[in-house]
Amino acid sequence: MSNAPVDKGRRRFLTVATSVVGAAGAVGVAVPFIASWNPSEKAKNAGAPVEVNIGKAEPGQLVRVEWRGQPVWVVRRTPEMLASLEAVNDQLRDPNSDEPQQPEYAKNLHRSRKEEFFVAVGICTHLGCSPQFLDQGMGEYVEGAETGFFCPCHGSVFDIAGRVFQGVPAPYNLVVPPHYYISDTTILIGEDGGQA
Amino acid sequence: MKKLIAWFDERIPMTKTWNIHLAQYPAPKNFNFWYIFGVLATLVLVNQILTGIWLTMNYVPSAEGAFASVEFIMRDIEYGWLLRYMHSTGASAFFVVVYLHMFRGMMYGSYQKPRELLWVFGMLIFLVLMAEAFMGYLLPWGQMSYWGAQVIISLFGAIPIIGDDLTLWIRGDYVISGATLNRFFALHVIALPLVLVILVFLHIIALHEVGSNNPEGVSIKKPKGSVPESEKPKFTFHERFTKKYDIVDAFPFFPYYIVKDLVGVAIFLFFFCYVIFFAPAMGGLFLEPPNFEAANPLKTPAHIAPVWYFTPFYAILRAVPDKLFGVILMFGAIVALFVLPWLDRGKVRSIRYRSTIHKVNLTVFAISFIALGYLGLKPATEVYTMFARIFTFLYFAFFVVLFFYSKNENTKPVPERITK
Repeated sequence: MSNAPVDKGRRRFLTVATSVVGAAGAVGVAVPFIASWNPSEKAKNAGAPVEVNIGKAEPGQLVRVEWRGQPVWVVRRTPEMLASLEAVNDQLRDPNSDEPQQPEYAKNLHRSRKEEFFVAVGICTHLGCSPQFLDQGMGEYVEGAETGFFCPCHGSVFDIAGRVFQGVPAPYNLVVPPHYYISDTTILIGEDGGQA
Repeated sequence: MKKLIAWFDERIPMTKTWNIHLAQYPAPKNFNFWYIFGVLATLVLVNQILTGIWLTMNYVPSAEGAFASVEFIMRDIEYGWLLRYMHSTGASAFFVVVYLHMFRGMMYGSYQKPRELLWVFGMLIFLVLMAEAFMGYLLPWGQMSYWGAQVIISLFGAIPIIGDDLTLWIRGDYVISGATLNRFFALHVIALPLVLVILVFLHIIALHEVGSNNPEGVSIKKPKGSVPESEKPKFTFHERFTKKYDIVDAFPFFPYYIVKDLVGVAIFLFFFCYVIFFAPAMGGLFLEPPNFEAANPLKTPAHIAPVWYFTPFYAILRAVPDKLFGVILMFGAIVALFVLPWLDRGKVRSIRYRSTIHKVNLTVFAISFIALGYLGLKPATEVYTMFARIFTFLYFAFFVVLFFYSKNENTKPVPERITK
């Protein structure tokens, strides 16, 4: 061992420098461990947003696409359908969409970005069956309504904006997924387009 | 034999450890029935580890295979049903004994100075235990596994800004999927049990450093030389304990308390075995009916309730109309327990010598906790929500009120020694 006097400043500098480098290394090592918890490429692919072309949809028609394993509906509503929304308000459980079943931009009477097009996850909020779209003949299930959605499993009924009627098993309105218009004829389902 | 022991003792502190922690560890002579739950918790921990290891031998951790493999264990493996019911009943039993163990600590002031760290280690054990139970409940991949996890993980979504990314990171997918199941399996069978065992070790080391409290809340350590030889117990305690203090009113933990504890263990096993053999689902409390159906992401059960041991906290969450504030309050309910040693500014430990207001306060707290547990199992109707709010208020009021009255509390005189 050398008998040279101890240079305390130098020793402290080396200790601190080594510790800092060591800590940086530890952070680096943590990266793969933490990042491996992110969705895999496979999961990302399966969960990617879905484009829907609505250019060819006729008024009163429903277009069905699959997004993250769930059916998503796009309904092009007729003016008569839209006119019926106000009329059924007092028969609904949540007419003003107070429950967070939709993004902020769909919290309105027609529950959509554009009045004409209604986008929703086609899964009944009761027990997850997929309701049927009735472009007419809804009056059989609910008085005063002509169009809407009827769940054959337990008889839940929703209006043409996916709002649930009172006195049926489903507790909430249908879910409106995040979506935005890429162009006039294309909707991207699964992203808000930064305007949430 | 003596030579063999000596051979070991020269190389590892075997006899010394045995003496310090068991044969010459002074335990207060007045332990009552409330002091059995620490031993029972250890017993259940061993049960969970053993049965857990055996279950992993046949369990398949994948979204496709999990549910079927549990059915396979139940039907086709010899005694598989028993191993699984021992494990599932053990989970509930763990919380029963831990809740009682914690309440014991609250009654007799076992968290007060100098046992704050001991209490904090205990709370960490409780926290890890909750994580362990939550992740374990996902593994059978039944309907309630799936939707319960869905609800709990979405709680993190309430955190502003990072919430959505955080839930995505926890799940590893846009919905709960095989990715979530596999990581929960890894954490449940290796990561958390390791942490749990280390924490239990630290809990016991901290206990043996400060010594056990007792129902009187009176210290058994007296200043060195202050106790006449005739009043000292006729037992040998390790010099680690007698070096600085005179120990009074105590027995060595082994064999005296071990033997006594065995009686408690036997009584516990009666109940434990009764549940395993005659009511393994405990009427839907320990194993919920929807969980006998495989997980289905497209089908939500009519009523999602967590397992009973989470319901007090779940009720607090639901009592608050705002999601973020609800999550904060729910975690706050646990944080409040963590800092209990500093909220209670009293000098008297045992409830026996504390004021009437403290007795009332602690009773109200216990009632609130049980009531919240009940309400958390029920659907959130208007009446139930109102009650949940009242009891949430009372739960937190316990800590607030305690902080104020404990400073100058009207206590009874505490005896010098444990009364005979």
